[in-house]
Amino acid sequence: MMTKKNEPAMSEDDLKIFVKGTEHFFKAVTKVSAEVSMPFIKESSDHVMNDFSAVIGISGKHRGCVYYTAPREMIGELMGHFGETDRSDDLLSDCVGEIANTISGNARQHLGPGFMISVPVVIRGKAEDVRFPKDAPAFVIPITWNGYRSSLILCLKSGEKEKPMFDLGSLEE
Amino acid sequence: MVTKAVKLLIVDDSNIIRRHIQREIGGDHEIRTACDGVEALKVFDEFAPEIVTMDITMPNMDGLSCVEAILQRNAETRILVISALADRGTAVEAVKRGAQGFLLKPFTSETLTTEISELFKD
Repeated sequence: MMTKKNEPAMSEDDLKIFVKGTEHFFKAVTKVSAEVSMPFIKESSDHVMNDFSAVIGISGKHRGCVYYTAPREMIGELMGHFGETDRSDDLLSDCVGEIANTISGNARQHLGPGFMISVPVVIRGKAEDVRFPKDAPAFVIPITWNGYRSSLILCLKSGEKEKPMFDLGSLEE
Repeated sequence: MVTKAVKLLIVDDSNIIRRHIQREIGGDHEIRTACDGVEALKVFDEFAPEIVTMDITMPNMDGLSCVEAILQRNAETRILVISALADRGTAVEAVKRGAQGFLLKPFTSETLTTEISELFKD
């Protein structure tokens, strides 16, 4: 698949790396497998954002963003697997950021050190008005764990540029 | 298990990870935390920890730069880098900069305890 500027978008192999990485994260942290459904390309009418979302900016050999978005109850339950009893919004935000960071960082096992990740920016509330980069498709990977539904959203394309495709500063609360 | 009480500094921009590591290590150890490399150096200067756990991807100063800065202050400090960056080159770079170990996130309680214990072996 090519983008508007004829730079290759994510390959199927790239998507599989993130699917496997997501499965590994949930199994490793909770000992309970997550079910990953068929990824789809997000249309503007698709509402996928949830109570807490984290965005990781990607630069280097890929450019774009990795989003992870999940409902409050799911994040709370995941936090229990870190031994955490505090369910404050600050810690829930922190946890969703750590999930996005871990899945993105683990992808470097296959994508190499040229897959450069930023620190996470967290958005609280169902941020349906969040702007996705326009020059690459947003692949939504639905993740079901313990009956909860969350999503990993990949908006990436290949091709090194000096600046990231997306300014994370515009998402700061 | 780490039986001797030590001074330990946990550096990670994620509060949930700092709290998690702190709970897992527990015991009689004296533990301080920092949320980035800049804060870590300030705490290091006043606290003088023997052991440091260090994230890599953090704002203000990354963990690998902080490893170097800490070892310039005290070359005897033992540092375990704990990061989600899973490429082999990052682990190699951490060791080149002077870290004694590298633990990949997500980690289990068992692997964390094992890696911390390794720091006492030499």
